[in-house]
Amino acid sequence: MKEKQLKPKDPKKTFLRLFSYFKYNIVLFFGGIFFIIVGSSAEIGINGMISPVIDALIGDNDSGLFVKYLLIMVALVVISSIFQYIGNLSMAKLAQKTVYKIREDMFSHMEKLPVSYFDKHSHGELMSTFTNDVDMLNQSLEQSASQILISFVTVVGTFTVMIILSPILTAVVAAMLVVMIYSIRFVSKRSAKNYRMQQAALGDMNGYTEEMMSGQKVVKVFNYEDRAIDTFSKKNEELRNASTLASTYGVMLMPIMGNLSFVMYAIISMLGAYLVMINQLSIGNIASFLLYTRTVSRPITMVSNQLNSLFAALAGAERIFNVLDEKIETDEGDVTLLKDCTGKKALCWMVPKGDGDYEKVPLKGFIEFKDVNFGYSPEKRVLNKIILYAKPGQKIAFVGSTGAGKTTVTNLINRFYEINEGEILYDGIDIKRINKHDLRSTMSIVLQDVHLFEGTVKENIRYGRLDATDDEVVEAAKLANAHYFIKHLPDGYDTVLSSDGQNLSQGERQLLSIARAAIADPIILILDEATSSVDTRTEKLIAEGMDKLMAGRTTFVIAHRLSTVRNANAIMVIEHGEIIERGDHDELMAQKGRYYALNAGTAELS
Amino acid sequence: MKKLLPFMKKYIKFAVLSPILMILEVIADIAIPYLMSRIVDVGIANRDIEYVIKIGLIMIAAALLAMISGVISSHYGARAGFGFASEVRLKLYKKIQGFSFANLDKFTVASLITRLTNDCNTLGQVTMMSLRMAVRAPFMMIFALLMTIRINASLTKVFAVSIPVLVIALIIILSKARPLFLKFQTRVDRVNAIIRENLTAIRVVKSFNRQSHEEKRFKERNDSLMLTALKAITLIVFLMPVLNIIIYSTIIAVLWFGGKQVVAGSMGSGELISFITYITQILMSFMMMSFFFMQLLRASASVTRIAEIIDTESEIKEVKNPVKELADGSVTFKNVCFCYPGSTEKTLKNINLHINSGEVLGIIGSTGSSKSTLVQLITRLYDATEGSVIVGNVDVKHYSIKTLRDNVAFVLQNNTLFSGTIRDNMKWGNENANDEDIIRALKLAQAWEFVSTYEDGLDHKVEQGGDNFSGGQKQRLTIARALLKSPKIIILDDSTSAVDMATDAKIQRVFKEELNDVTTIIIAQRVSSIQHADRILVMNEGEIESIGKHEELLVSSPVYREIYESQQKGVGV
Repeated sequence: MKEKQLKPKDPKKTFLRLFSYFKYNIVLFFGGIFFIIVGSSAEIGINGMISPVIDALIGDNDSGLFVKYLLIMVALVVISSIFQYIGNLSMAKLAQKTVYKIREDMFSHMEKLPVSYFDKHSHGELMSTFTNDVDMLNQSLEQSASQILISFVTVVGTFTVMIILSPILTAVVAAMLVVMIYSIRFVSKRSAKNYRMQQAALGDMNGYTEEMMSGQKVVKVFNYEDRAIDTFSKKNEELRNASTLASTYGVMLMPIMGNLSFVMYAIISMLGAYLVMINQLSIGNIASFLLYTRTVSRPITMVSNQLNSLFAALAGAERIFNVLDEKIETDEGDVTLLKDCTGKKALCWMVPKGDGDYEKVPLKGFIEFKDVNFGYSPEKRVLNKIILYAKPGQKIAFVGSTGAGKTTVTNLINRFYEINEGEILYDGIDIKRINKHDLRSTMSIVLQDVHLFEGTVKENIRYGRLDATDDEVVEAAKLANAHYFIKHLPDGYDTVLSSDGQNLSQGERQLLSIARAAIADPIILILDEATSSVDTRTEKLIAEGMDKLMAGRTTFVIAHRLSTVRNANAIMVIEHGEIIERGDHDELMAQKGRYYALNAGTAELS
Repeated sequence: MKKLLPFMKKYIKFAVLSPILMILEVIADIAIPYLMSRIVDVGIANRDIEYVIKIGLIMIAAALLAMISGVISSHYGARAGFGFASEVRLKLYKKIQGFSFANLDKFTVASLITRLTNDCNTLGQVTMMSLRMAVRAPFMMIFALLMTIRINASLTKVFAVSIPVLVIALIIILSKARPLFLKFQTRVDRVNAIIRENLTAIRVVKSFNRQSHEEKRFKERNDSLMLTALKAITLIVFLMPVLNIIIYSTIIAVLWFGGKQVVAGSMGSGELISFITYITQILMSFMMMSFFFMQLLRASASVTRIAEIIDTESEIKEVKNPVKELADGSVTFKNVCFCYPGSTEKTLKNINLHINSGEVLGIIGSTGSSKSTLVQLITRLYDATEGSVIVGNVDVKHYSIKTLRDNVAFVLQNNTLFSGTIRDNMKWGNENANDEDIIRALKLAQAWEFVSTYEDGLDHKVEQGGDNFSGGQKQRLTIARALLKSPKIIILDDSTSAVDMATDAKIQRVFKEELNDVTTIIIAQRVSSIQHADRILVMNEGEIESIGKHEELLVSSPVYREIYESQQKGVGV
């Protein structure tokens, strides 16, 4: 179990924040409160009527009055039922709509978080917050919102009536209630702590199971099943212990509260009997009072039951709010794209000059790295003093041994990560000044890990440009040589892909991701070892198509296959984060340096 | 649900004691209104303060006894409920681990995880609640009814009306609620699926500026979820006023009829008061039972989902008395055909192939030519649909799966490393490997050159999915892991695609020279990776196109020649 998940709680702050969400449904909120107050008051009134009814029976023997009182009771029952229904419904709707808004906020905030956040947190953990914690909040709000309000109104109203009836008995009740509340606090503290431990254990198990399930092939291939089961068993035990304790404390309150109220009942009976005997109270009064003690202790019991799930939900809400508080990807870029201009695709950069005026820089696709330093963490630098440039339409290839820093470059050009020192210029403009949305709209990236989405093949290709026509989709597919295999799928372009396109082979998924990039018609193309899982024969066909695609586009290719880089305008050889050789193929071969050695690996074998 | 009962065995003691203690609590609680009626009808009537105090103290004692019983009952109930759930969960996990790929493909990973975590948790909660509610409510009701009959049998007849009315109302509302709950669950799954997608594919979303597109997709599903939730709520909230009306009507009726009897002197006013208390207890028990049924509804979906897994048999079965040793590393395919489960299209057709022990076989072919499928049959990740696969002169189906997989190392296309240290990951190959063994394997796989640069060496942390290593480093680590098995056969499925050519060449040399008694099967895209294999297999559209040495194929196979020539252009001159 991860220690860091047992955060110190600030329930008040979390609660207030949750409360502030109600402002989105203010009518439901106030309406609900109003109806519940009236309805609960009517219900208190019903209990109050019992006193005069019984007294009317015993003492006065007045059947007319008796009937009148009964009729009043009937009216109160009707009123309280209707009003409480409307009130409860309003509060329940309020709860649902609040959770809806929180979900919405979470998702759109997630979309704005920087890539570094996702790289730093495990998927299991994030999923748990987004799903488990939200679901728990949902359940808790749904059940607790109106309950707590009703209980509050009932207790206050009942106390008022009780004081009027008999201050002495009320004092006794109040004293008992204090005892009850202390018991609640005692148990709740332990209960809340254990609920948090339970959620942590659940999250831990989630994460482990996720890893094992995703890596099933490896588990099988290494006969790891027994060992996995052992580890799982341990986590299972942890969860069992935490759940048992959490629930024990959670459920314990009911018998404690229920029976403490019986003790109160007993004391009231004794004291009340005495008061009747000395003619300070009527029997009808006792009957009412006894009912009131039930009315007052029942809500307290119910709320105390709710308290535990409420605490657990608050812990979850805390995690949710932590995500919502995470800094989003900032974008101070003030340079945007302008249409109907002189650059490529009729676009220009609009560069504000500070005096309210703009300079128009035609979009060309010229990238420069000037003394760029970068590290994912302060201690570990991955790129050192990188200097390079790519003129519009040129193909620049990065080669080097694995881990040298080639992939990192792709994280910098489109500002997934920001460089530490130095400058990256795009058409002469510092990319830090360019609005991220516009920057990325001029680029397409084909990653090593292909990600596809639930939907049809057509929709996945169209992801590159949402307004592409069907013909354009087919054209892009043909360019990427994906058309052939798509036509052989059960429903062709309308074939539905399961999540992440698992029903296609690795190669097919690569081809789709290339088609997706193609349809975007980018100025700058970044290929990150895109062709490494596709066989050479198909790769050759793609290479032809890619040549057509790359014409006029600035391209950065990161690959290990030297046949891919042979046509590059410039090859950058990267080792340990630095460019050690640069030139085109012939120049580098003549140098007989690292590039030559990498190439010669083949020559030596034959 | 019956299928799951055996899992309760370990905790049966608690499962039995909890309800019993609960009944004790109920008895004490039922006695109290009765005792109170005595205070009024005897104590007050006779102005006997001693009697009042005596009865009062008995009441307090009863309440305290009930409290202790109740607390212990809760604890035992929790132990039974969650103990039960954890047994079920463990069984589920064992089952899932034993699943074949076909089984795993049928359920999705996300769904399996939900079943293990949420569904089992729900099971625990519901079981615990059942042991309390399901026992408390009926007993409370029965005892309370007995008391009311004792007090005034004819007045009890009022329940003959109110109870049926209540039951009918409950049935109507709950039966409408059930389908809504199931729909609700599906909608929740849909919302979670899109969150998951975005979490893993955030780079794609950002680079194509699809944030608002995704938000729109999300809104659709979120809206749909809320709609279903609102429908369900509207129905459930209706339950309370219905219950209230019935309870209060009953009270009023009792006051009316009972009142007449009190006036006539045939019933004490204390009795009337306690009768009214019992009304609440009886009808509230019904409410508890209806809440309980609602929980059961939510849980029944979970139980179904859990049972589904338990009922699924793994498709890969073992024979009785399996062979436990591999004679050698030879592999033969006899008339093998293969279709993926649920499909009629043959992915592999008429495969006839013999691989000698110790041979190095390269496999090459276009995407979709089913090279990976072919080798997966060797370790029974899938079983051939027709024909047989023979390893070490024994049909693979006759080996114990453990033996087969211990002796055949498989380095997969998708390399998965797990969070932990490098040493932890390496030990997957051999639990008992010591550091020397590990370093030797890392050296063979050309991975030691970078592992040795880490300050913490073998203790260096591997992040989830191995994301802190480059593609090539991951591949070399997974090769080292496989080598630790000391296998008789090793299969490398496109395992050096991200490794640079010089390193690849070194790895080839290792397999050819140092591991020459290990049958090596290499699937690759680069001719250079398999050029020096003893033989090369060329596959096309699920069939063997040709097989032979590199020089032979250059002449006889146009496919092979084309691939070779396109790659040769990358080399100088």
